[in-house]
Amino acid sequence: MSSLNYLGEYLPIFVFLVIALAFGVVAIAGSWLAAKQKPDAVKLAAYECGFEAFDDARRKFDVRFYLVSILFIIFDLEVAFLFPWAISLSKIGLYGFWSMMLFLAVLTVGFIYEWKKGALEWE
Amino acid sequence: MADLLATYIGHFGVMFVGILCVVVVLLLSMAYLTYYERKVLAAAMLRKGPNVTGPFGLLQPMADGLKLFLKETIVPTGSNPVLFLLAPVLTFGLALVGWSVIPFGPGLVISNINVGVLYLFAISSLGVYGIIIAGWASNSRYAFLGAMRSAAQMVSYEVSIGFVIVTVLLCAGSLNLSKVVEAQSHLWFCIPLFPMMIVFFVSGLAETNRAPFDLVESESELVAGYFVEYSAMAFALFYLGEYMNMILVSGMTTVLFLGGWLAPFGLTFLPAPIWFGLKIFVVLFGFLWARATLPRFRYDQLMRLGWKIFLPFSIVYMVAVAGFLVATGNLPNGG
Repeated sequence: MSSLNYLGEYLPIFVFLVIALAFGVVAIAGSWLAAKQKPDAVKLAAYECGFEAFDDARRKFDVRFYLVSILFIIFDLEVAFLFPWAISLSKIGLYGFWSMMLFLAVLTVGFIYEWKKGALEWE
Repeated sequence: MADLLATYIGHFGVMFVGILCVVVVLLLSMAYLTYYERKVLAAAMLRKGPNVTGPFGLLQPMADGLKLFLKETIVPTGSNPVLFLLAPVLTFGLALVGWSVIPFGPGLVISNINVGVLYLFAISSLGVYGIIIAGWASNSRYAFLGAMRSAAQMVSYEVSIGFVIVTVLLCAGSLNLSKVVEAQSHLWFCIPLFPMMIVFFVSGLAETNRAPFDLVESESELVAGYFVEYSAMAFALFYLGEYMNMILVSGMTTVLFLGGWLAPFGLTFLPAPIWFGLKIFVVLFGFLWARATLPRFRYDQLMRLGWKIFLPFSIVYMVAVAGFLVATGNLPNGG
């Protein structure tokens, strides 16, 4: 029963989400209907300093963006792991505390390695 | 059976009206945040700001909204139309639904879920999608570069925000935002965790792509970044989403550090939601003040601040707080 109640709390969030998305859709559709649409080839071209685009805009980009996202995943998982730990610290006692410290120490070693390797440098 | 159905419909109706009220209040505060911003910027530059439309220019946000509504919606030829139009809807919608777990007062919350903090964290992470989709779907070089930058910037600061939130959880002992506020009834967390509040606020500036971290739309190089190809209501939704996110981050700062709806110094003559609004108003002033005074960061400086200063600092501070609470036996939930 209690788990059902927990789930019931998510119904308002769902309704809220539907209302919010509907507002966005209605706003765009309403504007499209209300305003005069007069497209032409030049107006619909991609904006590029007055030149015509030479090639597709979706080209290669710097690998550092990829590196940052990998680092983010590691640390975000770590944070997700810390959430339950922070809540239950009073129940898991010193053993729980030092286990997490060990885990953080391992991650810190990795972080120092990244730093020394220059994964965090942008020039 | 019919009785039961009537009760359900009644409950649903109350919920629906409540949500609509919150949405209307949020949309109004979002509109007037643009007015507030222009007035603060004007005051910082010794100008008057909007003062023609209506008394004190108070109708200016409405006039701006109407103007954008009556503009032509442009969908570039090279773009993916569906994704192109989905991105602003997503950005706006996500900025709005974060509010469903924020408590406006004791018991005044749309959805009092037991993992509210986690929910907010998830919603703010999802915000990156709107921007990435916009940059990709536009098929424009500026938009693409702006989206890449924005994504890297947002995820970088997301990490330090995570550690700050964990520190608050250590002190509050619950993921429920109402309980986080109640845990501050003796001492607001901004006093013991003051450095973390600063980290949170600055990361919030970066997370919402606001000055001095507005590299995403830095006019001088990327013209407008990821929404350069947008016009009319699609543009307006991005714009509104950005302001909504600012209010949401201010709301989170208020709930996590400034005691949410709690009245300071026992001044309880004002109702709780009013106090909550006033605190958000003050935090928002910080956002505008930063925009009025600080020059824009360079991208490498931005990444250095996030990864090399905020991240190590917040980890160390979190460990220190956890160690202190464990050593002195001051953990919440009777540790």
